[in-house]
Amino acid sequence: MTDTEFTGDEAGLETATLPLDAWHRAKGGRMVEFAGYWMPIQYEGIMAEHLWVRENAGLFDVSHMGQLALSGDNVAEALETLVPGDIAGLKPGRMRYSLLLDEDGGILDDLMITNEGDQFGIVVNGAVKWEDIGHLRENLPDDITLNHNEDYGLLALQGPKAVDALARLVPEAASLVFMQATRATWAGHAIALSRSGYTGEDGFEISLPNEALTAFADALCAMDEVKPIGLGARDSLRLEAGLPLYGHDLTPAIDPAEADLGFAVSKRRREEENFPGAARILGHLEDGPPRKRVGLLVDGKLPVREGAKLFDGEDEIGVVTSGGFAPSVGAPIAMGYVPRDHAVPGTAVAAEVRGKLVHCTVTAMPFVPHNYVRKTGG
Amino acid sequence: MPRYFTEEHEWIDVDGDVATVGITDFAQGQLGDIVFVEVPDTGAELSKGGDAAVVESVKAASDVYAPVDGTVTEGNGQLEEDPALVNSDPEGEGWFFRMTLADKSQLDGLMDAKAYKVFCDAL
Repeated sequence: MTDTEFTGDEAGLETATLPLDAWHRAKGGRMVEFAGYWMPIQYEGIMAEHLWVRENAGLFDVSHMGQLALSGDNVAEALETLVPGDIAGLKPGRMRYSLLLDEDGGILDDLMITNEGDQFGIVVNGAVKWEDIGHLRENLPDDITLNHNEDYGLLALQGPKAVDALARLVPEAASLVFMQATRATWAGHAIALSRSGYTGEDGFEISLPNEALTAFADALCAMDEVKPIGLGARDSLRLEAGLPLYGHDLTPAIDPAEADLGFAVSKRRREEENFPGAARILGHLEDGPPRKRVGLLVDGKLPVREGAKLFDGEDEIGVVTSGGFAPSVGAPIAMGYVPRDHAVPGTAVAAEVRGKLVHCTVTAMPFVPHNYVRKTGG
Repeated sequence: MPRYFTEEHEWIDVDGDVATVGITDFAQGQLGDIVFVEVPDTGAELSKGGDAAVVESVKAASDVYAPVDGTVTEGNGQLEEDPALVNSDPEGEGWFFRMTLADKSQLDGLMDAKAYKVFCDAL
């Protein structure tokens, strides 16, 4: 018997440990190599952890992600030369999902950009953070300061009970709505929190000094509604939420229109036509891209995973980029790329798994409704 | 009836000329929640070390190898409806398939329960 996933892809580099490494191991986390780090893939089991997050609150260590900050004169305008979002119009305390684009409009990474008042905070994927830093430094003016904050870790607390749990430690949490951010203090430590995440549930991401991580994680996990959650459930949760994973569903060969991320190309930027790959991307948004990222409902129980070829009759038409069993759906689901004329919900396609064809139906995403909190107080 | 174990974490129960094959409790623990099992068709010719079945957890698909040469006489149809049997009773109701034994001497290279436990403890 052999496992076929989560083998290290950082051959030649020594796998690094995160500040919470010992904490994960003490909690029973099964550690695997991911993005160059030892990270917990699961504690008690992916299925139980996944369902726990949908009902309660789960604590994820995402300290492998890159926490960057940009500052300097006209920093928003400088950043806009590399991403298609309206950064200049982002108010202090607000954040936006955006995409780092190459000159052809291909996606180099997806990221969160926060206007922190005196600087823009950027959180990038761990697996490509060094490439991102190189790209930013190479393409931004020299008078823009780029800081990579390796002294801080990043935790995500996700689920419908996250706000109650976090507000006991950091009362400011309850006053935020989805995609808002603030600075705060916990136990004398300067921290930053945002109401955001990548599970489709309400929740928060909390940035805090490495030396405070263990005590903070312990304080949260001492609460009845909070359990630590591994990478496995993080992946199944984001898949159900219809959220693409960089390096799998998004690559430099794919542009934002193909990825069905047109919302990340802000209205003003479309009018100005001045972001990388604007001609290609605007053409694809106007006329429809040649291929598009779609959700797939899978008939039966056989999981359809990344790399499975998609067919319409005899014709190979596309490929699955993420897929697996969806615990909250109770069936396998997938996402992948198909030609524009196959991207209409309800279209029947077939996925090839070990020589067998599995019937799939193109569906709108998310697979499980988002539960973001857009207003406080009710 | 004697039970043997492989280094790939399959178990094999031998009863005369027929053997029952499954994956061990250690294996199911490593895999986690099992959501799909593909057992070989009756009549399939298996060769020692070759692909025999596939077990899929939430996260990954893993191959299960034939512990010896032989012909499949029966797949465990219950696993189609209830793949989680492999988690709850891996070395009983969660068996994968039954097969004939083409060459009984191949059993000599396998581990007994005690040796397998030592093998797992060293992992």
